[in-house]
Amino acid sequence: MSPSLPRVSASVAIPKASLQQVFDNLRAAAYLLIGPTVRDGAVVLEEIERLDDLPLGWIDEQQPGYYRLRKTRDNHYFDYSVGPHSWKQFLHPARLRLFSIEKNDGSWTIRPPQEMPPRYAFIGVRACDLAAIAIQDHVLIGSEFQDSHYAARREQVFVLAVNCSRATSSCFCASMKTGPKATGGFDLALTELPDIFLAEIGSEAGSEMLANVPWEAATAFDQGRASRVIQHAERQNERQMQTDDLPELLYENLEHSQWDEVATRCLSCANCTLVCPTCFCSTVEDVSNLRGTSAERIRVADSCFNRDFSHVHGGNIRPSIRSRYRQWLTHKLASWIDQFGTSGCVGCGRCITWCPVGIEITEEVNAIRAKAAK
Amino acid sequence: MSTAFPATEVRHPIDPMLPSLAMIQAVKPEAYGISTFSMAFVDSEDRANYHFQPGQFNMLYLPGVGEVAISVSSDPGEPEVLGHTIRYAGSVTRAIGRLKPGDVIGVRGPYGSHWPLNKTLGNNLVIVAGGIGLAPLRPVILSILRQRDAYGRVLLLYGARTPADLLYTDEFESWQQRGIEVHVTVDLADENWRGQVGVVPQLFYRVRVDHKKTVVMTCGPEIMMRFVIYEALARRIPKESIFISMERNMKCAVGFCGHCQFGPTFICKEGPVLNFAAIEPFFGKEDF
Repeated sequence: MSPSLPRVSASVAIPKASLQQVFDNLRAAAYLLIGPTVRDGAVVLEEIERLDDLPLGWIDEQQPGYYRLRKTRDNHYFDYSVGPHSWKQFLHPARLRLFSIEKNDGSWTIRPPQEMPPRYAFIGVRACDLAAIAIQDHVLIGSEFQDSHYAARREQVFVLAVNCSRATSSCFCASMKTGPKATGGFDLALTELPDIFLAEIGSEAGSEMLANVPWEAATAFDQGRASRVIQHAERQNERQMQTDDLPELLYENLEHSQWDEVATRCLSCANCTLVCPTCFCSTVEDVSNLRGTSAERIRVADSCFNRDFSHVHGGNIRPSIRSRYRQWLTHKLASWIDQFGTSGCVGCGRCITWCPVGIEITEEVNAIRAKAAK
Repeated sequence: MSTAFPATEVRHPIDPMLPSLAMIQAVKPEAYGISTFSMAFVDSEDRANYHFQPGQFNMLYLPGVGEVAISVSSDPGEPEVLGHTIRYAGSVTRAIGRLKPGDVIGVRGPYGSHWPLNKTLGNNLVIVAGGIGLAPLRPVILSILRQRDAYGRVLLLYGARTPADLLYTDEFESWQQRGIEVHVTVDLADENWRGQVGVVPQLFYRVRVDHKKTVVMTCGPEIMMRFVIYEALARRIPKESIFISMERNMKCAVGFCGHCQFGPTFICKEGPVLNFAAIEPFFGKEDF
């Protein structure tokens, strides 16, 4: 066992079982561990404590509108890809009390929530999801206004990233240049090999969490094996998003017949916006008591696919599915770039897998490109 | 624990969604189903710190009902009392309609962009408003009246569906006397109406201005603004001199909720006042 801790940016080899020690260190440092586990036939993200909670030996098969788990003989913890959950449900909760308010003697008392948000340690964050977190940072705390609720959660997060060892048929991170290798924004990044984890130290905090973990400097052999694992995942990216002509392609084809075509298939169910790790839209609801003397103001996740999303007096701006799908796609791939400097898409493929009718975002863009107005 | 861990003391930036409290000072009926609610912040510090530019808006909140984006329609030179001219259109505006002087209301703001009065200094100005679209332009008129000599000709082209729907009619004479050329039209006249009948853009036929030295500011239904722009461009007023104020659903007014997007534009932050040249590719697109 090495007496000292590895320095930041070092790559070290650790025994697989010692990941439990990392978990214990995080818990001792008052982190709430959130990581992948198998529930209801999917890899979901929820509170975990032990290595046993991880989806050991499970891989996911994904296609447009299709997700199934399958057990393999490889005893790998992280061979699954991304599931229906993403980290936004912890950083940007789908339901959040903004404040409560009481009326008394003609005036009101407003109380912001007093409870401290949890101190999260995210276990198994993939490169595409790191990119998604960076995008939500930009949207919610990167401009003149700060979402204080997001900020309070985000600044405490410990990120244990994992480099992908395989891609599903829905993945297109390579063409979005977000993965499959985590290149920053983590405290620790693991690459899983059959016998060891190769750990890259991303921060002082990450190094601290290797206390009492037997580590050795990674050999060139181990590093070679790790990069081949990641290259394999990159080669497995079947899908590609061609981005060089975006956003102009979409802006110039706002009346393209493909919008009518996709509207015949799209159910406007909002699944894609729920599973998307960057979609951030919300609405606000008031819940009052029967006498109307107290109320709570609740922020709730919303979707541009909901009919009322664009409601103003006199009607909805986007009453048709055609207009709502167009809004979603042009925002994600075009106007997001104007607004925030990056695409709103990270290539995680969730919207493809979890679309009940299997609408495929890269194919939709290709269809527009194939008959583009010039 | 070691200092290498993330800091445990959490910064709590103030949540921009928290309203301040204001008290209704006066309610003035303006037209059918439309009143101006004047309000002042309860907290003296809020009162002292609040300043707004013509065209900006506030989020008005009633507990258990909800929040609504409303332009400030009063004089920016007197920000201690804020006027909001409100048409009872939905559940929140109807609930506001039941408020009386002394009642409390939640206010946060001001938000959004403002009319470019600086660009207008020394130039002519054509203000074109339809219906309640005059409310966000009233602060422009009141600001100009404070230093009328700093501007060239100022025309107000204003229309509403019927004479009963016209706002601020009691002020027109005073505006006219102090150097604003007021032209009014209605879509549908009654037996007492002696003025122009027709849609607002038609009032442009009376306008003879030097297009190189004229700014247009317009607010009203989008279909009206489309024809206002058409008339302005026909008079060779450059796109860069045409400004419109747009309306979209808004839940947050600070760019988080996503509702008010119009292509690349967040109407709550880059808008509501937008330069026509900047939004031309998207303006008037069906269901956009």
